[in-house]
Amino acid sequence: MAYVAVKGGERAIDAAHDWLARERRGDPAIPALGIRQVEEQLGRAVDRVMAEGSCHDTGLAALAIKQAQGDLIEAAFLLRAYRTTLPRFASSLPVETAAMVIRRRISAIYKDLPGGQVLGPTYDYTHRLLDFSLAAERLDETEMRPPARPTDTGRRAMPRVMDLLDREGLMGAEQPGDAAPADLTREPLSFPAGRDVRLQALARGDEGFLLALGYSTQRGYGNTHPFVGEIRVGAVAVEIVPPELGFAIEIGRIDLTECEMVNQFGGSKTEPAQFTRGYGLCFGHAERKAMGMALVDRSMRASEFGEDVTAPAQDIEFVLSHSDNIEATGFVEHLKLPHYVDFQSELETIRRMRRTAGEDAAPEGEAP
Amino acid sequence: MSGYNFAYLDEQTKRMIRRAILKAVAIPGHQVPFGAREMPLPYGWGTGGIQVTAAILGQDDVLKVIDQGADDTTNAVSIRRFFARTAGVATTTRTTKATVIQTRHRIPETPLRADQILVYQVPLPEPLAKLEPSRAETRQMHALAEYGLMHVKLYEDIARFGHIAISYDYPVMVNGRYLMSPSPIPAFDTPKMHRMPALQLFGAGREKRIYAVPPFTSVRPLDFDDHPFRLIRAPHPCALCGARDSYLDEVLTDDRGGRMFVCSDTDYCASRRDIAEAAGEAA
Amino acid sequence: MNAPLLDAPLLEARDLRLSFGSIRALDGVNATLWPGEVLAIVGESGSGKTTLLNVLSGRARPDMGQAIYRDPEGAAHDVHAMPAPQLRALHRSDWGFVHQNPRDALRMGVSAGGNVGERLMAQGARHYGSIRDTAIDRLRQVEISADRIDDLPRTFSGGMLQRLQIARTLATHPRLVFMDEPTGGLDVSVQARLLDLIRSLVARLGIAVVLVTHDIAVARLLAGRILVMRHGQVVETGLTDQVLDDPQHPYTQLLVSSVLQA
Repeated sequence: MAYVAVKGGERAIDAAHDWLARERRGDPAIPALGIRQVEEQLGRAVDRVMAEGSCHDTGLAALAIKQAQGDLIEAAFLLRAYRTTLPRFASSLPVETAAMVIRRRISAIYKDLPGGQVLGPTYDYTHRLLDFSLAAERLDETEMRPPARPTDTGRRAMPRVMDLLDREGLMGAEQPGDAAPADLTREPLSFPAGRDVRLQALARGDEGFLLALGYSTQRGYGNTHPFVGEIRVGAVAVEIVPPELGFAIEIGRIDLTECEMVNQFGGSKTEPAQFTRGYGLCFGHAERKAMGMALVDRSMRASEFGEDVTAPAQDIEFVLSHSDNIEATGFVEHLKLPHYVDFQSELETIRRMRRTAGEDAAPEGEAP
Repeated sequence: MSGYNFAYLDEQTKRMIRRAILKAVAIPGHQVPFGAREMPLPYGWGTGGIQVTAAILGQDDVLKVIDQGADDTTNAVSIRRFFARTAGVATTTRTTKATVIQTRHRIPETPLRADQILVYQVPLPEPLAKLEPSRAETRQMHALAEYGLMHVKLYEDIARFGHIAISYDYPVMVNGRYLMSPSPIPAFDTPKMHRMPALQLFGAGREKRIYAVPPFTSVRPLDFDDHPFRLIRAPHPCALCGARDSYLDEVLTDDRGGRMFVCSDTDYCASRRDIAEAAGEAA
Repeated sequence: MNAPLLDAPLLEARDLRLSFGSIRALDGVNATLWPGEVLAIVGESGSGKTTLLNVLSGRARPDMGQAIYRDPEGAAHDVHAMPAPQLRALHRSDWGFVHQNPRDALRMGVSAGGNVGERLMAQGARHYGSIRDTAIDRLRQVEISADRIDDLPRTFSGGMLQRLQIARTLATHPRLVFMDEPTGGLDVSVQARLLDLIRSLVARLGIAVVLVTHDIAVARLLAGRILVMRHGQVVETGLTDQVLDDPQHPYTQLLVSSVLQA
């Protein structure tokens, strides 16, 4: 009898998990993927998982990617679920991106500037042609090449472009705050949400969502007239102040991507015109994410600058409620769970409605 | 399970959740924001209920987990295993034996007692969300108890269909003050909430809200005097146990329109069959 | 119906002041509204008349001064000192607000009956049949046929939408209705019919109205008294016919003559 179909849940789950494990491994004749290989050779994937998983650990991110068969949202979820069980023993001091050891630094608003433009490792000017030499199962061409001449780029003084504009009084002043920033991982999101909360949510937010929203502002849904003031990628020191020491010590270095957008000036009869700023910062090398974040950050400041809130990217509640892909994927995918109790209610209701409609319609069809 | 605290969450987090629960009990039906943690199960799959259960579970508790009324649906199995693994508590499928029952979409048919706690998994805690998407706005509506909009929705149903067309997640007034989502239980179950002896706790993990109905609290479905709330149930007896008072699942048996109706509450159905069997043997 | 307390004003403005930057939108405005009377506030755009309406109705807060409302029991309330729930309750019951654009007030996805019934339900009405009866009655009052009760507002013409907004406002027997250019944006013939309707409704139901209009003709037709504003100040006030037939202030003279020439 068909009723057995809903029985045997436990065995079915076990069997499904076994199958998944076999599928993840793939053909056993092919060597298994090493965590170090993922870490070294799929760095952009590792970076994305660390950013959306809100946890900087390249090894764990690589493990999550392997375990999730390269499903990056699933991997970020694994990393987050692990992260939430970790004790918190300190909060870092704000990182100083002006002191970043630079791998890449570009500005779209000055041809040359102190510290210079540093292209660094970028896909920007590559021709998107499949490189079949990579498909050959032998050492990559690049591995044969001698390492590039070491440069002093990373150590050169690289003042932030925004600080240069700031000095001229052209940038709108940001209010410095002494208050500890809010923490979404401990406190629930509530509205109105301050910029600290917004930036944290965006930094953890889904790259695709931020990309699409940022793109929408460029196409006229809440235009902010952005220029890339600066993008910098490199390593910064992370410092904490252990209470027993009372002074800052460096606990390590992390790679970051920072994007500062220079946006349309406001100003009125009483206030002089100034540029405004959109800010993006995320783990690893993730320019697309940082740029999307900076565009959306600026858009969400619309009411702060007296602009009308008309576009999705300007609607703080809309953006923040939907930027988290772990929440989104859970709720979208929960539709796969059984809903037959509710559906049964809907069936009975719709049958009743159809009966009612039938009764109402019937007399009209009959001759008086 | 080694490497994890009893019932997975650390004690600090459990305390935070218990504070939210206490506040929720003190203000029946009011949604209390809480710092929901990422759980190793996906959002929307019961993370709110799991966190509430984890926060109230003690070593001596006996846990029952149901989804769609059944103990053996995949998600119920997964959650029961999670607590068996992380808390090592006894589990049961018998409603009468459980001290804590976590549920998705149903209230057991067997009336609950004052020494039991019912934990609901809630996908969307905001009953006004379908009418007003902004949570900033709905918060204000709750604060001012402005629920006219919800009645407009019911009015529109009657004007269009001749009756209220909400068949599950039926909006209720709690203690005469707060409009509350009972979670997506069928409207059939809604009256069971009214003055229930057991404590009812509601956890929404993704939306980060906890709310509660204390024991013996008034829970009334919204309706009109001349269009009172009505139960919706398939007009059949259960094909397995013959019950005429239980909520039924419709099971398709072939592709030619064959179907049968059976209790959605598997424990209720099995208990009735056990009793009938015992009576049959005794006779 | 409540017997209007004719010996006390329903609503009073006492030295209201409100500035937006360097612009004085209200510069010491005093005004009085008596039960059952229609008071027109006229002036060019930018004169402060809409700001005055918003401040009187509690939708905007003045920098200084008070707006005093007298409830049916005769108790006086400072509109801006009222707790938000009380003010909102007032707006849903004793007061009404008719916007120039009916789409600002109506729920376009809710039937005409639901729109009228919402105010009743917000006040606790829980009998579907009687809510519907009241809705039909209010629709009739504004000359909307009862068989349109289940239609969505988007199927209505501009004039009908405005009448539906008025029906919605009338649902709870308000004593005081604020109207912001209620006939603005309508065709002339539609305007005339609506003005006629408003005039007869107000007279029949004994509702007091604060009416903002830039149209002197509308003020003449509806209002017993008139208040002429310029640069945030009241330059002239009195009985409508008197002020319009024999304007004293040069600005009022200009306003009246410009209409006559048009």
